[in-house]
Amino acid sequence: MIETQDLTRRYGDTVVVDGVSLRLPERAFVSVIGANGAGKSSVLSMVSRLLPMSAGRALVDGLDVAATPGDVLARRLGILRQDNGVAARVTIRDLVAFGRYPHSKGRLTAADRGHIADALAFLDLEPLADRFLDEVSGGQRQRAYIAMVLAQDTDCILLDEPLNNLDMRHAAAMMGLLRRAVDERGRTIVAVLHDINFASCYSDRIVAMRDGKVVAIGSPEEIVTPEVLRAVYGIDVEVVMVKGYRTVFFYR
Amino acid sequence: MGWPLRSAILSGLALLALAAASLLVGVGDLASPEILLASRVPRTLALILAGAGLAVAGVIMQLVAQNRFVEPSTAGTTESATLGMLVITLVAPDAPVVVKMLAATATALAGTALFLRVLRAMPLRARLTVPLVGIMLGGVIGAASTFVAYRTDMLQFLGTWQAGDFSTVLRGRYELLWLAAILAVVAYILADRITIAGLGRDAAVNLGLDYRGVVAVAIAIVAMITAVTIASVGTVPFLGLVVPNLVALAAGDNLRRTLPLVAAAGAGLLLACDVLGRVIRTPYEIPVGTVMGVVGSGLFLVLLLRRDARHA
Repeated sequence: MIETQDLTRRYGDTVVVDGVSLRLPERAFVSVIGANGAGKSSVLSMVSRLLPMSAGRALVDGLDVAATPGDVLARRLGILRQDNGVAARVTIRDLVAFGRYPHSKGRLTAADRGHIADALAFLDLEPLADRFLDEVSGGQRQRAYIAMVLAQDTDCILLDEPLNNLDMRHAAAMMGLLRRAVDERGRTIVAVLHDINFASCYSDRIVAMRDGKVVAIGSPEEIVTPEVLRAVYGIDVEVVMVKGYRTVFFYR
Repeated sequence: MGWPLRSAILSGLALLALAAASLLVGVGDLASPEILLASRVPRTLALILAGAGLAVAGVIMQLVAQNRFVEPSTAGTTESATLGMLVITLVAPDAPVVVKMLAATATALAGTALFLRVLRAMPLRARLTVPLVGIMLGGVIGAASTFVAYRTDMLQFLGTWQAGDFSTVLRGRYELLWLAAILAVVAYILADRITIAGLGRDAAVNLGLDYRGVVAVAIAIVAMITAVTIASVGTVPFLGLVVPNLVALAAGDNLRRTLPLVAAAGAGLLLACDVLGRVIRTPYEIPVGTVMGVVGSGLFLVLLLRRDARHA
């Protein structure tokens, strides 16, 4: 389970994350929404120990992330950030195999190979498994990184804008896969999303941030309303029911 | 498993053929075993050790800096090691070569760390600006060396470290290079960790890797390989740049599989260039640094044009 207590991040006098205290549900899909610069990514980065906190604590399964050895956390928490530059030229299969590194330390067992095959199959990557990362499309590469994090077999997965660079079809497919990882595999997924309609249609819980603070947290029914969204984004929107989902119209 | 095994056997055979050529080519009568034992064998071994070491250093540097155009001579490492050699030679001219090598390692480490720090502080890290920064840094450090050498009448020494040449390699004067082989083996033990570091800090931290520790050990290996090569045979340009790129194109970067190939290809290319330098205008020799400059820059140009065609 992921918990934060008074999590704060400052750069000089600028406060990007301002005393965020959260308890996120387990086996759920949690979306984090908010305008650019609201502090969403910084919260995720601090929980995943990529960014040191200025104050406060973050706990994963009760372990303080600032005090727990990296390899212990790596077996409980998987993270994926947006800027995955491809410098090392490895195959998709090798990349997914590195997801087992926290468990295997480089010596793959039969169980590790099972996890790798399973993750490749789950993301439909078997036909591409022996291609190098720089030989596939951006969407396929994104799927390969997700497969790596799934092979890591952690209860919690944090994703920073997993839909970036994906077209409509691939974005919908990705959300469907992540939803299945929650429903079928019992994972907890926390994702920063910019598309409010994806957040509305797929989430169990939505965390809305503005100016470094959590302004609202609740189910899509509670968050996707004109009032809350005005408080979060500062614009007037129309919420329409489409096929039973709350959908936001804000295009003009 | 068919392909890796066959390519391993083929590259092994090619390496043996080149080593044999290196043993046979040269001025002097092979009927006397002393020439073979005192000169040809040491020279061939030195070429293999230095070539393998420099190629391994190059691929490590490229993964750690996450940039394909980086190697010790485009990251300030080579120039820093040379400065260290110069300073220790001025301060303690009679120090054994091991001590000089250690001094060069220390400055090479400092220079490389400075390069990585400058990179981290750079807001925009385009693919080509990274080696440009390294080359500029190397230029500044090199200028300092030249200034000091000029003032102290050491320019000739500086020249011997800057131009790679194996013609002076004799039994008893190259053995330090075995250190490069040991370091390559250490790199192979750390292969998984270095490859994961090459996926970037975020991915490495996610996988529970001690990223800073791995990067520190990796640049220590690079600095030491650079220092022993400069101390024993001088600078060899382009090798660390071209070989890892060629191997990456053919077989990727998963060092657990490709590091032996990188080492073998580095040794092979250096052997080939040295033999070429010996036959082009016998009985005279062209230093391998010069030959490698020509061959390496040509290969590099081909690689550049190819890459840009693919990742436009």
